[in-house]
Amino acid sequence: MASTPKIIVVGGGLAGLSAVIKIAEMGGAVDLFSIVPVKRSHSVCAQGGINAAKNLKGEGDSTWQHFDDTIYGGDFLANQPPVKAMCEAAPGIIDLLDRMGVPFNRTPEGLLDFRRFGGTLYNRTAFAGATTGQQLLYALDEQVRRYEAEGKVKKFEAWEFLSAVIDSSGTCRGICAMDLRSMEVRTFSADAIIIATGGVGAIFGKSTNSVVCTGSAQSALYQQGCYYANGEFIQVHPTSIPGEDKLRLMSESARGEGGRVWVPKKPGDNRDPLSIPASERWYFLEEWYPKYGNLVPRDVATRAIFKVVYEHGLGIDGKPMVYLDLTHIDPAVLDRKLEGILEIYEKFVGDDPRKVPMKIFPGMHYTMGGMWVDFDQATNVPGIFAAGECEYSYHGANRLGANSLVSCIFGGFLAGPNAVRYARCLEGASSNGHFEAEQKRQEAINVGLMSSNGVENPFRLWRELGELMTKDCTVIRHNKNLVETDAKLVELLERFQLINLSDRSQWANTSIVFTRQLYNMLQLSRVIAQGALLRDESRGAHYKPEFPERDDKNFLKTTKASFAPDADAPKFEFEPVDVSLIPPRPRKY
Amino acid sequence: MAEKTVQFKIKRQETPAAEPHWEEFDLAWHPGMNVISSLMEIARNPVTKDGKTTTPITYDSNCLEEICGSCAMLINGRARMACSALVDNLEKPIKLEPFSKFPVIRDLAVDRSVLFENLKAVKAWVPIDGTYDLGSGPRMTMEQQEEAYPLSNCISCCCCMEVCPQFNEETGFVGAATIAQVNLFNTHPTGAALKRERLAALMGDGGIQECGYAQNCVEICPKELPLTRSISEVGGDVMKQAVGDLFRR
Repeated sequence: MASTPKIIVVGGGLAGLSAVIKIAEMGGAVDLFSIVPVKRSHSVCAQGGINAAKNLKGEGDSTWQHFDDTIYGGDFLANQPPVKAMCEAAPGIIDLLDRMGVPFNRTPEGLLDFRRFGGTLYNRTAFAGATTGQQLLYALDEQVRRYEAEGKVKKFEAWEFLSAVIDSSGTCRGICAMDLRSMEVRTFSADAIIIATGGVGAIFGKSTNSVVCTGSAQSALYQQGCYYANGEFIQVHPTSIPGEDKLRLMSESARGEGGRVWVPKKPGDNRDPLSIPASERWYFLEEWYPKYGNLVPRDVATRAIFKVVYEHGLGIDGKPMVYLDLTHIDPAVLDRKLEGILEIYEKFVGDDPRKVPMKIFPGMHYTMGGMWVDFDQATNVPGIFAAGECEYSYHGANRLGANSLVSCIFGGFLAGPNAVRYARCLEGASSNGHFEAEQKRQEAINVGLMSSNGVENPFRLWRELGELMTKDCTVIRHNKNLVETDAKLVELLERFQLINLSDRSQWANTSIVFTRQLYNMLQLSRVIAQGALLRDESRGAHYKPEFPERDDKNFLKTTKASFAPDADAPKFEFEPVDVSLIPPRPRKY
Repeated sequence: MAEKTVQFKIKRQETPAAEPHWEEFDLAWHPGMNVISSLMEIARNPVTKDGKTTTPITYDSNCLEEICGSCAMLINGRARMACSALVDNLEKPIKLEPFSKFPVIRDLAVDRSVLFENLKAVKAWVPIDGTYDLGSGPRMTMEQQEEAYPLSNCISCCCCMEVCPQFNEETGFVGAATIAQVNLFNTHPTGAALKRERLAALMGDGGIQECGYAQNCVEICPKELPLTRSISEVGGDVMKQAVGDLFRR
């Protein structure tokens, strides 16, 4: 191999940028691919904070306690050694971000301030107002820009990853990508590639995710032979703001700072919420979970809200909404600690949450499952690594709030150096023919889509997909519905063959790009639906009323899906979970 | 027509070299609709007001929460983010145009990479020694954090540059966003190590002296950055350094 390892990183969010920085620091050369300018990546949407057991509040917090909370919060589905390593690395990651200039909130003594988040009893979450993800991403973006100025990193922004280039021995040798302006399809060679392409929110139509979070890259790689693990574990965030174009997140930090969730006790009570006396309000989370109160983990809070709305019929005005109330908290404190999210509510809803309780409802938020990786962030295909939300390893069956940012950075920090080490030992390929073959295969897909003369509009097909997946593959899952969902997905894949692009131009054509993503979303949806069908138990975010208990005997296992090209469908196997450090115990908050 | 509708007038341009033209759309009204949800509706049914089939509109977007900075455009002539532009609050017909001071890619999407190049030129980063474990960062008071945080909220949308009368090819002015970042990094205890270089980058043609104090930037900024304050503070520092440099020769 060449003296300077060449690594391609796909995705410029926290995980991708973390990997880039480590590779550049080790003397490697990086090509960084991103659909959007990396500073506009979805990581900016993370609001509340980043977890690290720095124990600066005299509470006796420890990295072991963080590890235990994370494993317990994830209902024991995560392999334990990588989670332990992440929790141990977290305090150092916070220090590094602090050195990079992240404007974390401070205590009067000038130290980092920490607040409480869901699923823990400790103040463990460092934060920069309520825009922590944005501030963290910017800090990494700035360091990458520094390496870019030094010529160690080359950015390919406005490029879409299409597929990996895999040689005859099954080793990845580079990628095939498309220029989103000229529509040119090209291959790029590398010693290793790192996929850091985030979550799959778009599969559910409306979610808290950004537009680019389609899971298209993960799906393409799954169809090329990468395992996809625990696809059925989808986090529905208890507090989002329903919108016409998306569901906007209302951070868990609102509850971390004292926000209370309630509904009027009387069905259909349409009085001004502030005029409803405390005795006529039902603070159902506090009543049901006295120890954790409003800060139970997300899956628990979401199911509680569903119960109150759909079983007790107590949604506000009979609609699927409950109150998230901050009005009892000093507005000056709210402004200092939560301003960013209060602004979002004000701008998009029009009410001031300092004065009026917010109306919120659960919304699809996070992808716990993802590309299968080993403890070195390597997938089963040599030369393909993955980090961040697009891989499955750190959150088990449910992610705790403020653990996503730390898992992204930790995963990137592992993937980068491991890819470099892999590259240094890599033997050269026997031929280069696979580059041309892959490019031809991708160009043929484009030609096929451009000339398809059917009746289906890709954006309308997408809406159907989103409604289907949200209805049957989120909070409550019934086997009968999951069977029907998969049948409907097959039907949507058939209808996809009748696609008709309303734009056939060869310049900045967003329709063809989206249509390619849609196909990949459809294929990955089957992994989610069938994975949910196979798992006859309830664990973390996966809840089946027919099987309400966790079943460790049969399902303390990682679901691994692989693509069977002949059947054009996923096939499944199960892998035991490494529970070598904390014996599984019942999860009762 | 019984159904309530919303009228849109959208400036279209197929390629960077093509002549722009206007298309009009009549969309069914929904509660809570914004400009982005309207553009999504057009993609689902790309038909103009006159029943002519057309192409979906090309535009930049990502987070739809006014935090990624992607979807900036001119809405009824005003530079703003499309995701937070609620249809009910806008005068009809709603007129959508691309930014006028950046090269059009297609329709409402423009090339704003100049800002990222400017950030490179002023070294808008903290020069850390490395990512290995070197302990915690510098202590900072709550007041220092409260000064830095608003500046660090810049979403690189370029609204401030679009509305600045001095931001044009003739002056080559860097614009307010870049100057605010210089202020942010110059006031950071470690970032200050590159203060001299940053100020030097803002001297001369296209530098901070091009600012004409129109104050449009601070009025338009969707994140309410203290832009004019940054310009005046950095301007003072540039002046001091320039004078000092004279005597040091």
